[in-house]
Amino acid sequence: MSFRIICLAKQVPDTRNVGKDAMKADGTVNRAALPAIFNPEDLHALEQALRIKEMRNDAEVILLTMGPARAAEIIREALYRGADRGYLLTDRKFAGSDTLATSYALSLAIKKLEPFHLVISGRQAIDGDTAQVGPQTAEKLGIPQVTYAEEILSLSDNEIVIKRRLERGIETVKAPLPLAITVHSSAASCRPRVARLLMKYKHARTITELQSEIRDYTELYQNRPYLQIDEWGVEDIHADQQYLGLSGSPTKVKKIENVVFQHKDTLKIQNDQDIENLMKQLIDSHIIG
Amino acid sequence: MNSVFVYCEITDEGLVADVSLELLSKGRKLANQLRTKLEAVLIGNEKFVSEAKVFEYGVDVLHTATDSRLFPYLTLPHSAILISLFRQEQPEIALFGATSIGRDLAPRIASALKCGLTADCTSLEIGDHTENRTQKEYKNLLYQIRPAFGGNIIATIINPDTRPQMATVREGVMKKEIYNPDYKGVTKSIDVDSIVSDEHFIVEIIERHVEKSKVNIKNAGIIVAGGYGVGSKENFDLLFQLADVLGAQVGASRAAVDAGFVEHERQVGQTGITVRPKLYIACGISGAVQHRAGMDQSAQIISINTDPNAPINNIADYTIIGDVADIIPKMIKYYRSNSK
Repeated sequence: MSFRIICLAKQVPDTRNVGKDAMKADGTVNRAALPAIFNPEDLHALEQALRIKEMRNDAEVILLTMGPARAAEIIREALYRGADRGYLLTDRKFAGSDTLATSYALSLAIKKLEPFHLVISGRQAIDGDTAQVGPQTAEKLGIPQVTYAEEILSLSDNEIVIKRRLERGIETVKAPLPLAITVHSSAASCRPRVARLLMKYKHARTITELQSEIRDYTELYQNRPYLQIDEWGVEDIHADQQYLGLSGSPTKVKKIENVVFQHKDTLKIQNDQDIENLMKQLIDSHIIG
Repeated sequence: MNSVFVYCEITDEGLVADVSLELLSKGRKLANQLRTKLEAVLIGNEKFVSEAKVFEYGVDVLHTATDSRLFPYLTLPHSAILISLFRQEQPEIALFGATSIGRDLAPRIASALKCGLTADCTSLEIGDHTENRTQKEYKNLLYQIRPAFGGNIIATIINPDTRPQMATVREGVMKKEIYNPDYKGVTKSIDVDSIVSDEHFIVEIIERHVEKSKVNIKNAGIIVAGGYGVGSKENFDLLFQLADVLGAQVGASRAAVDAGFVEHERQVGQTGITVRPKLYIACGISGAVQHRAGMDQSAQIISINTDPNAPINNIADYTIIGDVADIIPKMIKYYRSNSK
C-alpha cells in the first residue's frame, strides 16, 4: 500500500494584482480581468507533499481541486512540479458553495481516495482569506488537524512531527496519521516546474478539455493513460445535493458594496518648504515632538 | 431569544486575550440590542480560568471547563467541549477572535454544527432580512460585514437559517470597554470528563516558544507604516529611523509583509491589526481596502507616494508626492531642525 498524500488546492483570481479594470461599472468583480493562479499557500502545501515523496519511495501525491473546467490548469501545474495525478471536482451543482458546502464536497472526494495518510492544503486562499476549508474538511473526515504548518520535521508510518507558525512564536506538535495539515506562507516555496515532467504531462487533459480540442488524442491516451485527468461530479462522489451549492451554504451574501471612500480635503505637499512647514505644524499642534 | 456567546482565549501569560475582551464588549452591545444574555466560555487550566476577570465586561453567564491538559490550547478537546456546549445551549450568536486559535477552532465547530461562519469581520450589526425568492422575513439577524475579494468589495454576510451565527474578528477591530465594574454574573462549570477522553489528546505539543509581543502597534500614538512601494528591506530601515525620531511604531501593509520587508505582527489592516493613532504616516502604501479598514480611523493621515492617484491619498490629510527614500530623510531633517 502506498503512502497517500492528498493535496488540496484552489485556482484563484490573483487579487494581489488588481488593476483598474478589475471592477465593473456596476460594482461587481470583473473576473475575466484577473489572471487565474494556483493559490500561493497551496503551492507551499504541494512542496511539503513533494518533500515527503522524496523521503519515501512509497509516497504518492494526488492533487484534488474543486472548480470550473479551467481549474484543470492547476492540476497540470502540480503534475509539472512532481504530483502523481490529479482529480478535478467539477459540476454546476457545486456553484455557489460556501466553505461548509465546499468542505462537504471535498471530504466526500477524499473518502473516495481512501486509504490516505495526509490531507495537506494551504492555510487559506487569497480570494477569501477565510482559512476555514482545511479545518472544516478535517472535521468532516473525522481526523485531527494541524494548522499553520511551517515544516515537517519527521515522519513515520503512523506519526508525524510538525513545526507550526503561530502569531507570536512556534509550536512543535506530534500527531497520528491520518491527519489534515494546513500550510503557512512561511513554509518553503514550491520548487519550479521540471522540464522532463513538463514534456511528460503537457498533453494531460480532462475529458471536458479533450472535447474542445481539434486534435484527436484517442491513440495518445490509449498509450499514455496517465495523461487522463479525472473529473468527478456530484454523482461520482455520491453527494447529497441539499448540502451543496447555494442550498447547502448557510452563509448568504446579503449585500455587496463597491468600496467608496469619503474624500478628505487633502493638502498636496509639493516641495521641501511645504515638508518643513508640515513638520513645524505637527510639532506646534503637539501631534509629534 | 437565545444568548450571545464569546469564546475567551487565554494567552501564554495566563490572561484573557485582549481580542476576547473586545468581543465581550461587542457581545454585550449585541445582547442588549437583542434583549438577551451575554455568555462567555473559558477553557484552560484551573489557575488561569479561576483568575480570569470577565464579569465586568457585562457577562451574565460564564461557562468554565478546567483540566490541566486544556492549556495550552489544543484543537480536539477545545472543539469537543464547545460543540457539546453549543448543542446544549443553542447560542444565537457565537464570536471568536480571528487568531491562530480562533481560526483553528471556529471552522471545526461550524462544520460539526453545520452552521455558517464568517471570517475576519470588520463590523457586526443587527438587522432584518427579506428573502428575495420566498419573501420570507427574518428579524434581528447578525450582519457580518467584511471586505472580500482582495478588499475590492465590502460584503454583508448573513446566516438566516442556521444557529449559532458564527463570526471571527481580528484583534483591535472592536473596542474593549468595561461595562460595569460591579456587574454580577453566574459561573457554570462544564463536566469536562463527560465530554473529553484520551482520544482528544492524540495531537501532542512537544515544544512551544511563544514570545511576548515586542511590537505594540495597536496602542501606538504615531505609526509610520510602509507598503510594497517602499521597495526593499533596506528602505524600510528609513521608516524605522523616522519612527525612532518621532517616538513612533513601524507598521506595514500586507504586501510589505508578504514581500518579507517586515514581520507579520506589524501588519495593519483587515488581516492584521486595526489601529487608531493620532498620526499615521503611510509610506509607499497604495491603500487597498483591507489596509484602509485597519487605519482609516487615524486622527491625521500623511501619505507619501510617487503615485498622485494612489487610493490612500483620498483619505489622507496630507499627500506628499515623492519617493519614500527622498522624503523621509527630509522629514527627519526638518523635524530635528524645528523641534524644541
